Amino acid sequence: MWARAVRLRAAARGRRGFTSKADSQGSGRVTGELIQHLERLSLVDFGSQEAVARLEKAIAFADRLRAVNTDGVEPMESVLEDRCLYLRSDNVVEGSCAEELLQNSHRVVEEYFVAPPGNISWSKLDEKQPFSHR
Amino acid sequence: MLGRTLREVSAALKQGQVTPTELCQRCLSLIRKTKFLNAYITVSEEVALKQAEESEKRYKKGHSLGDLDGIPVAVKDNFSTSGIETTCASNMLKGYVPPYNATVVQKLLDQGALLMGKTNLDEFAMGSGSTDGIFGPVKNPWSYSKQYREKRKQNSHSENEDSNWLITGGSSGGSAAAVSAFTCFAALGSDTGGSTRNPAAHCGVVGLKPSYGLVSRHGLIPLVNSMDVPGILTRCVDDAATVLGILAGHDPKDSTTIQDPVKPFTLPSLTDVSKLCIGIPKEYLTPELSSEVQSLWSRAANLFESEGAKVIEVSLPHTSYSIMCYHVLCTSEVASNMARFDGLEYGHRCDNDVSTEAMYAATRREGFNDVVRGRILSGNFFLLRENYENYFVKAQKVRRLIANDFVNVFNSGVDVLLTPTTLSEAVPYTEFIKEDNRTRSAQDDIFTQAVNMAGLPAVSVPMALSSQGLPIGLQFIGRAFCDQQLLTVAKWFEKQVQFPVIQLQELMDDCSSVFENEKLASVSVK
Repeated sequence: MWARAVRLRAAARGRRGFTSKADSQGSGRVTGELIQHLERLSLVDFGSQEAVARLEKAIAFADRLRAVNTDGVEPMESVLEDRCLYLRSDNVVEGSCAEELLQNSHRVVEEYFVAPPGNISWSKLDEKQPFSHR
Repeated sequence: MLGRTLREVSAALKQGQVTPTELCQRCLSLIRKTKFLNAYITVSEEVALKQAEESEKRYKKGHSLGDLDGIPVAVKDNFSTSGIETTCASNMLKGYVPPYNATVVQKLLDQGALLMGKTNLDEFAMGSGSTDGIFGPVKNPWSYSKQYREKRKQNSHSENEDSNWLITGGSSGGSAAAVSAFTCFAALGSDTGGSTRNPAAHCGVVGLKPSYGLVSRHGLIPLVNSMDVPGILTRCVDDAATVLGILAGHDPKDSTTIQDPVKPFTLPSLTDVSKLCIGIPKEYLTPELSSEVQSLWSRAANLFESEGAKVIEVSLPHTSYSIMCYHVLCTSEVASNMARFDGLEYGHRCDNDVSTEAMYAATRREGFNDVVRGRILSGNFFLLRENYENYFVKAQKVRRLIANDFVNVFNSGVDVLLTPTTLSEAVPYTEFIKEDNRTRSAQDDIFTQAVNMAGLPAVSVPMALSSQGLPIGLQFIGRAFCDQQLLTVAKWFEKQVQFPVIQLQELMDDCSSVFENEKLASVSVK
C-alpha cells in the first residue's frame, strides 16, 4: 500500500507538484489522487502546498470528534425539527423580471444565458492546459 | 446628537429638534471623516439623502412611520440591496447589483430608516477578524480612542501611532465599527458562528443574535443554512430590542421562519432580579481565556448574586467538541452553498470559454480567496461518500448532543447563561495575522458557535474597559424564542455596569460638542 501511494504521489508530482507529507498534523491521507478528486468535485483548486497542509490540519481537527460517543443518537439537521415547515401555496405572485435578471450576467443572447459547451470533462483538458497556480 | 440612543433621536425627530436630512448629513460627514477605518464598502449617499427627504416630509405632516423613521442605519455587505452593489467583500460578486432587497433590509426601509451604506466584512463572512475581504481590513475605532491612546502613552510605546491598529473582530466588523464610531444608529450583521457578537465585544457595542427562525434569512447570502441568522448591532440594548421588534416575524419567502405571531416590544426595566437564575457553564473556563476577561466574568456573576439572583455553576459537557463539530458542519454547508457561484447568471465570469467545467473552475479560482476555497475543499472532503458517515453525520449527531446540553441546562431552572464572548480584548492586526484564518476562527469562535448550533438567542453586552483601555464584552444566552427575556436581563446588566462612551474627540474636531454631556431639554422618551 505504501508503494502504491508513493507511485501515485510520483505521478501526481509530474502534473502538479503538490503532495502531502505524512506528519504529525495529518495522516498523509491527502494523496495526489484525493487532491485531484476534490478539485474536480469542488471546481476550485488548492493553489499551493499550504492549502493542502491546511486541509490536513482541518481533517486532523475533525478527527477529534471520534472521541464522542454517539451511539443511539440521531443526526440533527435543523434546530426547528419539531416544527412543521411552511410551504407557500403554488401561486405565481411575482416575476416577469427577466430583463432585470439578465442584466447581471456577463454573457447573454436575447433571453438566454450563454454557457460554453458542457460535455467536455475538465480533467482531460487539464493535461493540455496546466493550472497556473498562484 | 449622534451619540444619542435610537429612541432619543427618534423622539428628537418627532419633536422637530433635528431633521432627518440634518441627521443624514452629519452621519455622512462622519463617514467621510472616519474613512480610514474602512468600515464601509459602499456609501449610498444619494439614496440616503433621498430617503431623508421623504422622511422629513412625513415628519412635517406628523405621519412618521415609527421609531426608525429617519434613522441612519448600515447593512453588512452580504445582504442583498436592490440597486446597490452587494459584494460580500469578494471578487466573485464585485459589481453585482441585486434586483431585490433582503427581507430584513426591506423591513428597515419600510419603517423609513436611512440606508447609509454597505459595511465591510471578511470575504463571504468567513473569518473572525474582518481582515480577509478584498477591500482590506476594518480598523477598530477604539485604536483611535482617547482611552486606548492614553494607556499606550503611559506604557511609553514610541511606535508610530497608526501602525499598531487593532482589529474589529469578525466577520461583521464593518457594521460594528460603523455603530461604534457613531456613523449610524444600528447596523445589520450576520451571525453564523459568532460573527455579530465577536466584533460587538471588540468594538464595545451590543451585538444580538436572535433565535434561529425568528428573523428572515431571505436575501442574506447564505453561508450555513442551518445556523445563519441576521444579527443586530446597536449602542444599547433598548435599541437592539427596537430593531428586533421590527425585523422579527414570519416571512413567506423564508420557510425556516416560525409562524408564531411576533409583535414589537418594549423592554421592561428590571429592578428585582431575585427571581432570576443565572447559569455559569464551567467548561467555558478555558486556559486560553485571558485573566482580565475571566475576572470580569466573575465580577459579573457576583454582581447578579449580590443583587439577589441565583447564580449557579452548570455543565455543558460536550463544549470541548463543539468547535470541531461546527467546523465540519460549516465547511460542508459552505461547500454546498458556494456551488451556486459559477459565473453564468451573476457575478464574476472568467474569459475561458472552452467548456463549462473549465469556465466554472477558472471563474471560481479568480473569484474566491484562499479562505473560501479552503473551506469548500474541506467541506467536500467531509461530504465524500467514504467520509459522509464518519464526518458529516457524526458531526450532526454531536450537534444534537450539544443542543441537548443546552436544553438540559435550561430545563433545570436556569433562565439565562452568562459567558465570556471573546478570549481577550481586540488584538493588533500585526498580531492577528500571524495565524491563518482557519486557526483564528477555531480559537475566536469558541464561546460563540455552540449557540448557533443550538439555534439559541445570545447577546454580547460591553462590560468594561481592559487595562489597555479596550472594550470587553460578556455574552448572555437565552432559551429558544425567549429573546425578550434575554434582552431584559441584558438591559439590567448594561445599566449596572455603565460602560463608558468611546472618546474619539481627536478625530471629530467640530463634532466634539456631541460627546460632552448634553442635556436635551424637554425630550420626553416614552
